[in-house]
Amino acid sequence: MENLIANSTEAVAVILFGIGFTMLLFHRNLFRKLIGLNIMDTGVFLFLASMGYIEGRKAPIIVNGVQSTEAYINPVPASLVLTGIVVSVSVTAIMLSLTVRLYMRYHTLNLDEIYSIADHREDDR
Amino acid sequence: MKFIEINDELDLGGEDHDILESVMDAEEVHDSPREKVKTEKEYYKNYVRSSQWGRNLIRTENKGFTVFYTAVAVVSCVALIGMLLFTISFLPRYGVENPESTKVVKRYVESGLQETGAVNIISGIILDYRAFDTLGESHVLFTALLCVTVLLMRDKKNMRTQYEDFYTIRDEKYHELYRESIMRMVAGILLPCLLLYGAYVLLNGQISPGGGFSGGAVLGSGMMICAAAYGFKTSDRIITRRVSNLIAFFALGFYSFAKGYVFFTGANGIENHIPKGTPGAILSGGLILPLDIAVGLVVACTMFGFYSLFRRGSIGGE
Repeated sequence: MENLIANSTEAVAVILFGIGFTMLLFHRNLFRKLIGLNIMDTGVFLFLASMGYIEGRKAPIIVNGVQSTEAYINPVPASLVLTGIVVSVSVTAIMLSLTVRLYMRYHTLNLDEIYSIADHREDDR
Repeated sequence: MKFIEINDELDLGGEDHDILESVMDAEEVHDSPREKVKTEKEYYKNYVRSSQWGRNLIRTENKGFTVFYTAVAVVSCVALIGMLLFTISFLPRYGVENPESTKVVKRYVESGLQETGAVNIISGIILDYRAFDTLGESHVLFTALLCVTVLLMRDKKNMRTQYEDFYTIRDEKYHELYRESIMRMVAGILLPCLLLYGAYVLLNGQISPGGGFSGGAVLGSGMMICAAAYGFKTSDRIITRRVSNLIAFFALGFYSFAKGYVFFTGANGIENHIPKGTPGAILSGGLILPLDIAVGLVVACTMFGFYSLFRRGSIGGE
């Protein structure tokens, strides 16, 4: 429990991930599902970024020629987060455009309604 | 069952054609296009409600399933959060150095400046040590742009219905005529600063925080604001769909060739003759600056492409 309080940043990241997952499960609106997925992404980024942080050290930009690992935080998670952000933006864009196409075809964003309309359309079966 | 044809049967009457022509010819918009869209929606809703199956749209017959689903969802969400929190309590403490996770860092921090020539170690990692990964990332962005283009493209060849195009044109016309003056005012002040800041972040990636992705995102949002405030007619003078796709294509090609050259020379033990420059100067870091610019152009063009495709389905006036 003490460790959990000390690791509060990671705990917040995990709770964000959980909120996103809950939104994915409970909302039937496709846009809200997408927002939930983005919140999950945010949780992952926060987790990665907080794993690289070391108390009292500076960002890994070399100043005055100091080149020891004692002076800088861990640069690897930062570069991983960059990859994650780019992939999340691309995935969000593709999913949004698929949602727009679904809306054009079914005129609703509710997943249940889409399913039942698709059930009653002969060419969609 | 008749629902199948409804999309095709939504035909414009003669009256709507007249409105379209009046909009296009006289450049006058009397009522808001939003009202028309609202009518369309209501028409659809009434149609759905009037049909037999439309009343059963919401799953009333599956009440047992809904209860079961909710219970399982609640349990799994709580279990997931609890499990992850339990794991968090065994992780190394926040802000304390963990020797196991800093094995690779030693090499990056201690010899990164000599090996890549970049003062910013993260730039050195993503554009030198992990340049192949960054190339893949840029390709992911470009592929996403292609997918969105395939899904949302609207031009003369890809017009799905006359109906849809009518509202697109009308919406554009409306925005041309009644452009928000606050937006224009703010954009006039903001645009030069945004573009300058974007260029600064883009070009200083190797010596300060920033780099291709962040600078490209700032430049892209600058272009978005331009298109949002002044309309596509104005932004087409600066950049069109063809031009932005070509820029992204050539930037990716340049990235691939430059990095391929480095990989080839490195694997065969040949000297690659790329000067590292003095650390801290703007022309330092070997290939990092050109690669940063390439990545930034790809990101900016992709962001602008996303915006325009989502806004009206096409970038240029083509």
